[in-house]
Amino acid sequence: MSTLSRSDVAHLARLARIDMTDPELDSLASELDVILEAVARVQEVATDDILPTSHPLPLRNVARPDVVTPSLSPKDALSGAPASEDQRFRVPQILGEEA
Amino acid sequence: MITRPAHEMAAAMDSGEITSVELTQAHLDRISEVDAQVHAFLHVDTEGALAQARAVDDARARGEKVGPLAGVPLALKDVIVQNGIPTTAGSKILEGWRPPYDATVVTKMKNAGIVILGKTNMDEFAMGSSTENSAYGPTHNPWDLTRIPGGSGGGSSASLAAFQAPLAIGTDTGGSIRQPAAVTGTVGVKPTYGGVSRYGLIAFSSSLDQAGPCARTVLDAALLHEVIAGHDVHDATSIDAPVPQVVHAARNGDVKGMKIGVVKELNGDGYQAGVRSRFEESLELLAKAGAEIVEVSCPNFEYALAAYYLIAPSECSSNLARFDAMRYGIRIGDADGASAESVMNLTREVGFGREVKRRIILGTYALSSGYFDAYYGSAQKVRTLIMQDFNNAFTHADVLVSPTCPTTAFKIGEKANDPLAMYLNDIATIPVNMAGIGGMSLPCGLAPEDGLPVGFQVMAPAMQDQRMYSVGAALEASLLTQWGAPLLSQIPALAVAK
Amino acid sequence: MGRTSAFTDSSIGGGKVSLTYEDVIAKYEPVLGLEVHVELNTHSKMFCGCSTIFGGEPNTQTCPVCLGMPGALPVVNEKAIESSILIGLALNCSIAPFSRFSRKNYFYPDMPKNFQISQYDEPICVNGYLDVEIDTDEGVKKFRVEIERVHMEEDTGKSLHVGGATGRIHGADYSLLDYNRAGIPLVEIVTKIVPGTGKYAPEVAKAYVAELRDILRSLGVSDVRMEQGSLRCDANVSLRLIGAQTLGTRSETKNVNSLRSVERAVRGEMIRHAELLNRGERVVQETRHFQEESGLTRSGRSKEQAEDYRYFPEPDLVPVAPDAAWIETLRATLPEQPTLRRKRLQAEWSVPDKEMAAMINADALDIVESTVKLGADPTRARGWWLGEISRIANEQNVTIADLKITPTDVAEIVALVLQGDLTDKLARQVVEGVIAGEGTPASVIESRGLKVVSDESALMAAIERAIAAQPETAEKIRNGHIPAAGALIGAVMKETKGQADAARVRELLLGHLGQSVD
Repeated sequence: MSTLSRSDVAHLARLARIDMTDPELDSLASELDVILEAVARVQEVATDDILPTSHPLPLRNVARPDVVTPSLSPKDALSGAPASEDQRFRVPQILGEEA
Repeated sequence: MITRPAHEMAAAMDSGEITSVELTQAHLDRISEVDAQVHAFLHVDTEGALAQARAVDDARARGEKVGPLAGVPLALKDVIVQNGIPTTAGSKILEGWRPPYDATVVTKMKNAGIVILGKTNMDEFAMGSSTENSAYGPTHNPWDLTRIPGGSGGGSSASLAAFQAPLAIGTDTGGSIRQPAAVTGTVGVKPTYGGVSRYGLIAFSSSLDQAGPCARTVLDAALLHEVIAGHDVHDATSIDAPVPQVVHAARNGDVKGMKIGVVKELNGDGYQAGVRSRFEESLELLAKAGAEIVEVSCPNFEYALAAYYLIAPSECSSNLARFDAMRYGIRIGDADGASAESVMNLTREVGFGREVKRRIILGTYALSSGYFDAYYGSAQKVRTLIMQDFNNAFTHADVLVSPTCPTTAFKIGEKANDPLAMYLNDIATIPVNMAGIGGMSLPCGLAPEDGLPVGFQVMAPAMQDQRMYSVGAALEASLLTQWGAPLLSQIPALAVAK
Repeated sequence: MGRTSAFTDSSIGGGKVSLTYEDVIAKYEPVLGLEVHVELNTHSKMFCGCSTIFGGEPNTQTCPVCLGMPGALPVVNEKAIESSILIGLALNCSIAPFSRFSRKNYFYPDMPKNFQISQYDEPICVNGYLDVEIDTDEGVKKFRVEIERVHMEEDTGKSLHVGGATGRIHGADYSLLDYNRAGIPLVEIVTKIVPGTGKYAPEVAKAYVAELRDILRSLGVSDVRMEQGSLRCDANVSLRLIGAQTLGTRSETKNVNSLRSVERAVRGEMIRHAELLNRGERVVQETRHFQEESGLTRSGRSKEQAEDYRYFPEPDLVPVAPDAAWIETLRATLPEQPTLRRKRLQAEWSVPDKEMAAMINADALDIVESTVKLGADPTRARGWWLGEISRIANEQNVTIADLKITPTDVAEIVALVLQGDLTDKLARQVVEGVIAGEGTPASVIESRGLKVVSDESALMAAIERAIAAQPETAEKIRNGHIPAAGALIGAVMKETKGQADAARVRELLLGHLGQSVD
């Protein structure tokens, strides 16, 4: 099993949007190595002839009718917002792609 | 009164011996007396509880027909949302959040007249087996305050053992109802996946999570099970079928002619001697009660833990993405010129605890391109194998049994720095979640070497939850005859703060 | 400076037009790929019961589910599944017997869960095609656009960028989020690569989107209003040297919000790519944004480092596995294909090509057809809808369908004119009244008193009064100066408040004054 480097973990932390410190990245890298070695055991028995199961229920086609139900009041919708303005959620400037 | 089973409390209210307000107040008093030591609760809703109690008393006074648990107090795991009541899932990131809606199980309990006392402590986002991962400090096991009460639902089970509540709601993703029940000498049931709505249950791992009843007796658990179970249009994975006849099964406790399969792989090496001896004695009692004990083999169970620690982190890495400081919860670093991205990054760094971050990163890795097939994909195949093992075993037995946990409650801090050792606690409970079937833990005695409770696990095929209650009630009755009093009568008294 | 201009060229598409379109197509073959996002017109959202009505006050159409609150769970809208299957059937796709939702994981503040529920490797419809026709100098040419997949997903919220000068994202101090749009059902229709269109690539792209829009409208599954964003097109363009086998690097142009823009965007990107390639530079694989004003594209996010969306099956939803019976029930409701229908109606109504085109442009086909079905003559029905009613719609800046006049009203008015109960002039007043909300044609006629005065003795009396009032004019007419009749006819019409049939008044007047009617 290849070992995870600090930069591997840093990449994962970026994907997961967590701003980790270097010591945290280092300790996580070594912990994850141990865990990954243990969980990689699944590969011993996961042969090509076995179908994957993503869900324990054999349900199909569960849907709701196209009926409008009451929404939250804007007050309730925004009740937990760290900041709001003009009945909208106020968030810091969004960098990156134009929406 | 507070040490009695819930169904007796309900009977006392029906007969006019006590009111719900009195009963609720007695529990609120008990919480304020002992919770400084136990720390089972994150929030106590004194006013809301008493208001609900009054409403039930009024309904009874008017002669209205009320449910079998109307007026009985209950402790709610903080992973389930309740309208207007602080809900944190044990995480700092949700500190101060008051949901604007009720979980379906909360709605059902309110309609049944159950009095919700407050929210119980838990491992952050239900990730853990000791409640040490709560951002708000650990819960202590009432049997021995230096020990863990299990997790993630340690607050719910501890509240039962400490007589702070006669009923509680837990959630079980890999054993979070059953393992705490085992180490606190209480009863905990993980129903069949889809048997109880997940709407309003803050998701850890969606394909594994299931809410269920916690109580001090099998019958109480069954009564609560019937209240919270049933199809819900708000949960697409909820089963649209009649609720299994669990109360009927719990009242009868009949195991005559039932085949009980002992899972060979969930016993033996790694299981504490006292756990094994209590388990064996329980099998003898069940045989005496008329059950046939057989041995079954589930060879792929040894891969269940590994598969679980890929599937659950993968799903959680996605489920917990919504905690981003934009719409609810805390926000860190929103200074002039800060970007949304930097605020998200900082809030998630500060708001999530170490175990949660570990699992998010592990799950992010397992799902990332290039590794998906080797990890998440392989884990899903193991899931198939585990289901096949169960299907095969259930052709030889009506229910399967095992010790709930390999050991009794360990010391707080003992395994805090060894994630893998911690994960091993769930080795016997995880297969049930992987297959989506039902599992129950009930107390089967104290381990002679440490005097701590041992849990007995019963597993039943999907939507055959009543079988667990038959076995549980039979074993409970036999043990009660043997002991002369419930196991919890042996719990050391807690110092009472006034 | 050389470096600066090179940068400008690659970031502002087609900024310097040093190449003509003819130069481009002489050397390169364009390869198209089109992704169209359609907002379905279901009443409720994709995964919750919130209303989908456009233009509501901010955050009034939100709930725990579409706000991504902890504990909330999605449940699929059945109508959205059916609409998606209908779209697949209309596009000649196979309907997958087993299809699933997946989570597409990435963080963005307008996406409440920080994952989008979409379909990844198991979409609901696959492998279809759509034939489009374009008019060229060489006659009508037909192209087959192959459809790779049709899949369901959910829309995001909308952000309003505050501060900074432009209201754009860059330079904004903060943003305000409205989640009314979050969770509105979207269907994404993705073509396979479309080679072989040569110089017609821009027209083919436009014709494809137009035809798709017509099909979606005929299915009744979407409002398909490009200007409101209910139909959005991303155009992928790459060039390769004519005769080359391997594909060139593509750019993906977003924000293409009108049919005209689809054509302009493809043409513009072809020129921009050719300029880069001719200079020996690389085309960067990236997202570009179409600017309506300039017709140019602007560089967005580079896709060189492919995002890692960590797709996995959505565990909160169960698979969609439509059985044959369900699919056939839906197939039975498929309307006639728009191109075939147009050809049929044109023949049935004997409409000249130009008028037919006008009717299609005005989106009047459905409404005229309904009017004809109610018994109106096709030519007259078309005349009202494209004439007076379109004029009023234009004045009010709405579409004819938005006005308060229905095919039933128009059919009634046509019938009344035919019976002689209304003159064309009176009929116009009736139309105006109906549109003003005064009720049905009958009640407008009643309340405005708009009956044709057909009592000839009353008309004669009015004529005599007019002659008495203007004896000199009458004399001119007696002397054969017919044009003078206008003044007397006008007086009669005025006296009858316009409700007389002017032609009949003229007949009676000239006869009375001894002149023949020409």
